[in-house]
Amino acid sequence: MSAPTKPLLTSRFGIDESWKLANAERAGAYRIARQALTSRKPADLKNEVKNANIRGRGGAGFPAGVKWGFLNKKEGEEIYLVINADESEPGTFKDRSIMDLDPHRLIEGAIISCFAIDAHVAYIYVRGELAFSIGRLEQAIADARQAGYLGERPFGIDHAIEVYVHSGAGAYICGEETALLNSLEGRRGEPRLKPPFPAVKGAFGMPTIVNNVETIASVPDIVEMGGDAWSSLSRLPLDGGIRIYGVSGHVKNPGLFEAPVGITMRELIEDYAGGMLGDRPLKAVIPGGSSTPVLDPRRKVDAPAEAHPLHKWHGQSEIDVPMGVDTYRALGTMLGTCCAIVMDDTVNMVEACRNLMRFYKHESCGQCTPCREGTGWLVDVLDNLCEGRGKVEDVELLVDISNNMMGNTICAFADGTAMPMLGMVQKFRDEFMEAATRGVPEGVRHDESVRAMVEGRA
Amino acid sequence: MAFALTPEREQQVDDVLTRYPERRAALLPVLWLCQRQNGWISPDVVGYVAERLELSTSIVKGVVTFYTMFFDEPVGENVVWVCRTLSCDLRGGKAIQERLESKLGCTAGHTSSDGKFTLLKAECLAACGQAPMVQINDYYFENLDLELLDRIIDAHAVKGGEAAAAEFSTFATFRAPTGGDGGSRGSVSSAPPPPSPEAVRLASQPPPPADEKGDES
Repeated sequence: MSAPTKPLLTSRFGIDESWKLANAERAGAYRIARQALTSRKPADLKNEVKNANIRGRGGAGFPAGVKWGFLNKKEGEEIYLVINADESEPGTFKDRSIMDLDPHRLIEGAIISCFAIDAHVAYIYVRGELAFSIGRLEQAIADARQAGYLGERPFGIDHAIEVYVHSGAGAYICGEETALLNSLEGRRGEPRLKPPFPAVKGAFGMPTIVNNVETIASVPDIVEMGGDAWSSLSRLPLDGGIRIYGVSGHVKNPGLFEAPVGITMRELIEDYAGGMLGDRPLKAVIPGGSSTPVLDPRRKVDAPAEAHPLHKWHGQSEIDVPMGVDTYRALGTMLGTCCAIVMDDTVNMVEACRNLMRFYKHESCGQCTPCREGTGWLVDVLDNLCEGRGKVEDVELLVDISNNMMGNTICAFADGTAMPMLGMVQKFRDEFMEAATRGVPEGVRHDESVRAMVEGRA
Repeated sequence: MAFALTPEREQQVDDVLTRYPERRAALLPVLWLCQRQNGWISPDVVGYVAERLELSTSIVKGVVTFYTMFFDEPVGENVVWVCRTLSCDLRGGKAIQERLESKLGCTAGHTSSDGKFTLLKAECLAACGQAPMVQINDYYFENLDLELLDRIIDAHAVKGGEAAAAEFSTFATFRAPTGGDGGSRGSVSSAPPPPSPEAVRLASQPPPPADEKGDES
């Protein structure tokens, strides 16, 4: 593996009371915003973000610079920036660290972004559970405003910028950008039909850019280094920079790590997260939040054709492919939020699958029938399989239900349920067949292996 | 008796209304202000909010029922959300839930007989690296084991929510890298001992606990 690089996004995380304005400023906060607003042109800043090749950090991986390019403000319109801090995808826990430990980086990113896209108001939509983070952000905003970095004339220039925090109230679906906009407008968080896309008609009917917390928090570094230089920190083409990786589950050191885009899952688990808990074998890893199909380390990349994007890794394990938006898509999964859930050999995959499908059943907003009914039906079938009431045909039924959910709904939630479900059956079919004939025997359920640890016996 | 916000909170409503181009957008913030004062969104609260924001009560009620954090029935003094999703489950979340059920004497979805705790199951609370964890009222309690959980619950019962949170709650903290020179291998976690949110503005972050190895590699 390569030598550790100098931290950028997390560079202020370790300083004392890093969330306070004075401390953050001593470590460089707002220097780049001041320079950007007083001496650079918005188009120039937009260009840096485009050249940075930053793929959206919220999970979909859409190039942020391209998204900004969709804006086309018409007479009488107001552009809004909406920052998505509704972090709720199971396994994902990175954005909270930015809000808790360096809120001023997020605000600085919001100021530069507002100036670049010609917005005067940014809303940070934070999930309601994070009351503590909300308090910290609000204090940071008040302090930045007091210092003259927000308000009518930020840094003395004639471009008013206000940043507001909007608290959600418990709904995973509000992380979907149009559901988020409905929630921001005081409605039920149900996704909207697209088109129109938010860049054309978003918050309050106005052109709106919705970006993830980490994406916006990366903007100051991009502007300071220049888009091209920032992009080249990555090991991959067209997927630039550094990012925050997370690891949870059965590893020795679960947590968050800043690293270049393009490290491998094996590096992430072994070098960053300290290896497997109790040195047990790695059985499966969900790479970037629960909606991303599972990886099986036993499986080899099958890309004999030279033109195949993964040909370079032909014959290697799935977990040796660099983690990038395009590489993971070629692998049949998604990079998502880059926060991995690691499972050792004690985990029964049917049980793990049931756990996740219960999440989707609970969180489906209920607008579209295939999603509302499909998520519940998947849980019913998985309950039967786990509890010894299953039939061999149930395994195909899981596939059939999933296929009927995909592409048949307003938003990507149903696809985000069906894809990991299909991935589980495809890669661990034996275990599903075994569950269909014998149920899931006590003793291999994944809570047993760590019960001793929680009870303080290990 | 009709519900009314305190004058301070009324002032906050006026302030919130300036943040949005449409009055209705203040609905979630105003519901939060009401729930903080009243403990739950009673029919009186729905009536008040509808009038204040010039909406119908059915629209307000429709929004209240969509979001899990708005309570449409009374809850206990402390609301305990135990995360049941995969990352917590992999690190013993079920044992945490079972302990809470036996300690509080009620199953998830119910309130203890003394009215001090309502126990609810939560879907992923985005603290997966610090699993298992619970949320109690406004605060997160992470890297739990049963002994720590018992102390946290006892503190809530005896001292109340704010004092217990000051002692045990966690926010994201930074664990400095070991064996490197400021490389990017530093890790963020909510490693115990937890800093208190009250002390957050006063104290610096705690050093990494002695038994944590950091992440040498």
